[in-house]
Amino acid sequence: MSLSTADSGVLLVIAIMTLVTLATRFGGVFAMSFVRISPRIESFINTMASSVLIAIIVPMAFSGDAGAVAALSVTAVTMLVVRKPLPAIAAGIAAAGLVRYFLL
Amino acid sequence: MMSDRSYPYCLEPRKIRSEFFRLLPISLFVVAFGAAFGLAATQKGLTPLETILMSTAVFAGASQFAALELWGNEISLLPLVAVVFAINSRHLLMGASLYPMLRDVAPGKRYGLLLLLTDANWAVSAQEYQSGRRNLEVIIGGGLALWLAWIFGTWLGAYFGGLLSDPKSLGLDMVLGCFLLAMALGGNKSPRVLVAWTVAGAASLAAWKWLPPNTHVVTGALAGGMVGFFWTDRKSTTSSGETTA
Repeated sequence: MSLSTADSGVLLVIAIMTLVTLATRFGGVFAMSFVRISPRIESFINTMASSVLIAIIVPMAFSGDAGAVAALSVTAVTMLVVRKPLPAIAAGIAAAGLVRYFLL
Repeated sequence: MMSDRSYPYCLEPRKIRSEFFRLLPISLFVVAFGAAFGLAATQKGLTPLETILMSTAVFAGASQFAALELWGNEISLLPLVAVVFAINSRHLLMGASLYPMLRDVAPGKRYGLLLLLTDANWAVSAQEYQSGRRNLEVIIGGGLALWLAWIFGTWLGAYFGGLLSDPKSLGLDMVLGCFLLAMALGGNKSPRVLVAWTVAGAASLAAWKWLPPNTHVVTGALAGGMVGFFWTDRKSTTSSGETTA
């Protein structure tokens, strides 16, 4: 089935995208309201939470250019040394810019 | 049983305000991405008004860019729903991870604040929760800053074109990645968590290589979560949610 992107068709497309996205925002919380939070489930949730970040970042590093790799490595090292997010992020972005300017 | 539940989590208006300002710096970068989206969408033939409406209602950048890839005179419904769902399915896990806090909030407010759930404000809330602090205010205040920045950026891009000729050359495409990485490394790093990260990283890479597109985040996160399921931290308790590193 196809939707036309002429006139009000676009509004329908936007409405569908909104509903699907809303379902993802609400769905996890709604499903959890039927689960008894045992220590094991709590442990699963907590480990999963930080794994979400890793699962976003690792493929980003592998699919990215040298600038992306530089940004993520510099952010990681700075964060581990300084322990403050803002300098770490700034250093990472600067690294990406420099690598792309000089190497690519 | 549910009716006489009390909801002890009290959302503080002052903290919501301070979290709004705390996420303003990262929101400035979101403006740049919003402008990129606004420009791309109008180039695909959306009117500026439709483009702004999409950013306002959907508020999920990666999936909006992906929808543009499918744009034409007609859009097939099933691929659209599949792509938007796949890319945004990480929200399912993100929301679930906040449930230990969200169950203490009345349902109306609970689902209301989820409207503003997105990567950056969730990452802050999840990281603080790992350190034993409960912060749902950042979802609202920070989310509001990110949402308004996304709409404002889209508006700029739709009417005035991209802000920067090449944001990538300045490394701006890496802002969110660097932010999320800093949040991850700022959290709990017990051996258990490090094993989970290794598993999550490997699983997400495998999924990225061999599974259908856009399934790598959920695959990696669930794989990492399984480590926590089988290797529980004995010191952690259900009520406080504090994990001791």
